[in-house]
Amino acid sequence: MLDQPEETHGDGVAPELKDREVLLSVNNIEVIYNHVILVLKGVSLAVPKGGITALLGGNGAGKTTTLKAISNLLKSERGEVTKGSILYRGERVQHLSPSDLVERGVIQVMEGRHCFEHLTVEENLLTGSYTRKDRAAIADDLDLVYSYFPRLKERRKSQAGYTSGGEQQMCAIGRALMSRPETILLDEPSMGLAPQLVEEIFGIVKSLNENEGVSFLLAEQNTNVALRFAHYGYILESGRVVMDGPAKALRENADVKEFYLGMSDEGRKSFRDVRSYRRRKRWLA
Amino acid sequence: MPDQLLFAMEVSLNGLMTGIMYALVALGFVLIYKASGIFNYSQGVMALFAAMTLVGIQEGRVPFSHLINSIFGTHITEFGFEVPALLAILLTVAVMIAFALFVQKFVFRHLVGQEPIILFMATIGLAYFLEGVSDLMWGSEIRQLDVGLPQGINGAIDNATFEALGYGFFIDNLDISAAIIAAILVAVLIAFAQYTKQGRAMRAVADDHQAALSVGISLNYVWILVWSLAGIVALVAGVMWGSKSGVQFSLSLIALKALPVLMLGGFTSIPGAIIGGLIIGMGEALFEFVVSSNDLFGAWFGFTFSATENWFAYVLALAFLVFRPQGLFGERIIERV
Ligand SMILES: Nc1ncnc2c1ncn2[C@@H]1O[C@H](COP(=O)(O)OP(=O)(O)OP(=O)(O)O)[C@@H](O)[C@H]1O
Ligand SMILES: [Mg+2]
Repeated sequence: MLDQPEETHGDGVAPELKDREVLLSVNNIEVIYNHVILVLKGVSLAVPKGGITALLGGNGAGKTTTLKAISNLLKSERGEVTKGSILYRGERVQHLSPSDLVERGVIQVMEGRHCFEHLTVEENLLTGSYTRKDRAAIADDLDLVYSYFPRLKERRKSQAGYTSGGEQQMCAIGRALMSRPETILLDEPSMGLAPQLVEEIFGIVKSLNENEGVSFLLAEQNTNVALRFAHYGYILESGRVVMDGPAKALRENADVKEFYLGMSDEGRKSFRDVRSYRRRKRWLA
Repeated sequence: MPDQLLFAMEVSLNGLMTGIMYALVALGFVLIYKASGIFNYSQGVMALFAAMTLVGIQEGRVPFSHLINSIFGTHITEFGFEVPALLAILLTVAVMIAFALFVQKFVFRHLVGQEPIILFMATIGLAYFLEGVSDLMWGSEIRQLDVGLPQGINGAIDNATFEALGYGFFIDNLDISAAIIAAILVAVLIAFAQYTKQGRAMRAVADDHQAALSVGISLNYVWILVWSLAGIVALVAGVMWGSKSGVQFSLSLIALKALPVLMLGGFTSIPGAIIGGLIIGMGEALFEFVVSSNDLFGAWFGFTFSATENWFAYVLALAFLVFRPQGLFGERIIERV
């Protein structure tokens, strides 16, 4: 059995968020697609209130699967959590529907944006408030979203399918905000966007985190950007957490530098190529 | 004005009226197809079932009376009172909503994520099932349906056209009321889809199931909603058609008329269904008029056709399909990365 050395593990929380309440905790979950394809092989992580937690890893590492396991969008893709538990504010949430989770304050922004193409930008935003009943506050929140994304206001009457990739990403985040979320599961916001736009989007994520107190679980391939904005990071490889720690520590870690930040001549490699990690199951219940 | 031209105008007008019926049936298809990607083969049978139920309730028949009588040896067939048309319509709407709930709970809920062809097969099964239920509940006799819509020639149009053109057009009052009701129904549906929260959810689901789920929209709820709406549209189509030619099994075949309308108008467009219905209705009537007329087609070619309404619509639709596969108003496929 592979195990990982001590020094690659953090405490599960960034030092500056140490005394924060843990909103979301994923404990050693296993996910199987179509009853046969084992994709997550024991993933554990924690999302503290008010933090930006990054989930990093290459193609097919299992980032999206982890987020969908939490938001319960897995079911509609014939995926299933077969082991472990997912707790939100101490409540087991595996049996809940995505809409139950939205009502509890957890919403996912899917990879590839998934705006409703034939709806206008504003209609897209309004669908985000579907589970809410406080009509008056919805109008205020629309203004709030427009204040974070002035570009969406300019394009509010356009069909979302005809807006640019960056605008669609903003639209998808704005739509999630309209549900008044406590935690946003944000899947690859940088995908397919120019570096400048990536900065802009991450800047907005940061200010939403600081000003509105929204917690984020952020799945990213773009390790560099993610670790600059996040407080804490988990690195996923083939369905396992191979390393985690405060973002700052990860940025300075030699292996992360070499394999994920592209600061080596040898190109990206798997941790496993270098040395065998003995996986320490500190998150095991 | 030459007689032939006047006749042609009259025929076209009547064709337009028939086209509205086609459009209504096509509309039922579009609603379900858009929101769930299911091509609902049972739409025609739903119209039959709705019309049968309406007549049954109006006449105060006991549902499943054959079954009850043969099990218990009784002879009940009627409650012995009549239900006013409006109340009977409301009750039928309730039955169609119950049907939508049933379909969702026992069929499509279990088929989420399956291939479209499997869903289509399921609706074929559903069509035969519903036909059987309809038979068992209300029997298979031909019934007269009368919900109080005006019938017979419209005097005003007859007079006006006679004064203006010297030839009075025969337009049935029933067709005119059908057109008005259809127009109102469509306006209400469009307003619902466009301006209400549930309508927005419906369009969102039509665009992207996964994203709709992610914002907390319940697919199940939306699908029950569209099946209910399709049931109501089927009821309206059933009433129109049934008032005209009686409620009988052949009513379910109007679904076959809706197919070319869909090919023409696109499977995803409400305006497409309407315009497509009108084009097919009018085209079919005019074509029949021309090729079956001894004075026109016969004079040119020496022979005539008849009963073209069985195939003309399909030929027209096929011709369209070659040139515009997404239909007249099929939603543009937005392509950008
Ligand atoms: N619906 C599915 N059915 C079967 N296997 C799936 C399904 N979705 C994902 N997988 C598999 O699960 C593994 C993890 O995929 P996942 O999408 O979670 O990776 P990811 O880390 O998000 O990758 P990326 O950065 O490319 O988005 C992959 O090997 C993928 O092929
Ligand atoms: Mg992914």
